[in-house]
Amino acid sequence: MWPTSSGGAREVDKLEEEPVSLDAGRIKALMSAVADSRDIGAFELLYRYFYPRVRSYMVKMTRGNRILAEELAQETMMRVWHKAGLFDPARAQASTWIFTIARNQMIDSVRKSSKPDFDPNDPAFVPDDFEAADVLIERQQSAAALGRAMATLKGGYAEVLRLSFFEGLTHSTIAEKLNLPIGTVKSRIRLACEKLRTALQDEAK
Amino acid sequence: MIEHHLDDDMLLQYAAGTLAEGWSVAVATHLALCPECRSKLAVLESVGGYFIDNEIANDANVSRDWESLKAEIDAGKIDKVVPIKKRSDSDRTYPEPLRTYIEAAGGLRWRTLGRGAAQMIIPTGDETATLRLLKIPAGQPVPEHSHRGIELTLVLDGSFSDEVSTFARGDIEMADDSLMHQPKADAGKDCICLAVTEAPLRFKSRLLRLIQPMLGI
Repeated sequence: MWPTSSGGAREVDKLEEEPVSLDAGRIKALMSAVADSRDIGAFELLYRYFYPRVRSYMVKMTRGNRILAEELAQETMMRVWHKAGLFDPARAQASTWIFTIARNQMIDSVRKSSKPDFDPNDPAFVPDDFEAADVLIERQQSAAALGRAMATLKGGYAEVLRLSFFEGLTHSTIAEKLNLPIGTVKSRIRLACEKLRTALQDEAK
Repeated sequence: MIEHHLDDDMLLQYAAGTLAEGWSVAVATHLALCPECRSKLAVLESVGGYFIDNEIANDANVSRDWESLKAEIDAGKIDKVVPIKKRSDSDRTYPEPLRTYIEAAGGLRWRTLGRGAAQMIIPTGDETATLRLLKIPAGQPVPEHSHRGIELTLVLDGSFSDEVSTFARGDIEMADDSLMHQPKADAGKDCICLAVTEAPLRFKSRLLRLIQPMLGI
């Protein structure tokens, strides 16, 4: 059983000393415990894993505003708790799903903009075809596969992805920062994306 | 079948949350029509998840913050409920999220550009991009307009062709000021497109700003 904050104080103290590490399988099990039985102990473990990471993301996206970053990370985790039932492990990894919640929170609060999104229930929405069902299976296996694929990217390519996701830089800002022509930044992005897709497809075969 | 897709570059910015709202409306509307690009988006979003997993985060105050979140959960604080949108089934030409933007502007209101062509500027919260719908009568050339920087066109109905290719529903065309072409709506059906351009300069004069939309500049 998961330690709860009322009954597992010693466990919690131990967790506080060492950073929590959870593998993808454990995260998935904890997510379904939260979704299916509103298990607060399971959620605490997820919180101790994800909250510091999301907060660190928010610190970067707010350009170092720690108070705002903390507030946004709390809000993100609150949404994880409330929306856990909407998480579909067949469609994405939990960390990916939580990233998208954090990102949308960031767009809303930091960029003060709305996030235009498609709606799968819209009658004009074109659903996935049968071939895309293979992609779903591919995604289920993709945490480890993606890690391996990311590890094969050369430094300059992974860096462009990191600057986009974790520094929130636009491509022209990345070009300025790395002192590269914008065309080079765009071609690195294209090559990095192709390489990731190929690596994931190869793993899925 | 969609043949002209989004650039990885544009998809990555959408996935990372760095793409401005105006462009994001067109990207998301294409995504609604294109399972292939949605699958690419899923891979990119999982890169975001990868960076979350691999973030070296410090654990300062995690217990304190957990206690405060738990207190809110125990107190039954409910997240803001997002109202479910009412949907009109009548016109599938405009997928979400575009339809919501059109409705927020008071519905479709075409403004004539002459020779049967018409446009509608769609307001967004984004001052850096201009979003507009264009209707080009079947068989007619796309009205002359200067590209200022890049322009993204998404076909919603009918089709148009230039020297190189044909663009039909769901297809994306990216153009910049170096592209010299004369696109023409194909015969048989009026062509309706969503076009995003970098926003025009903001005029200092209030009067000019007021009439700017009427001039369509």
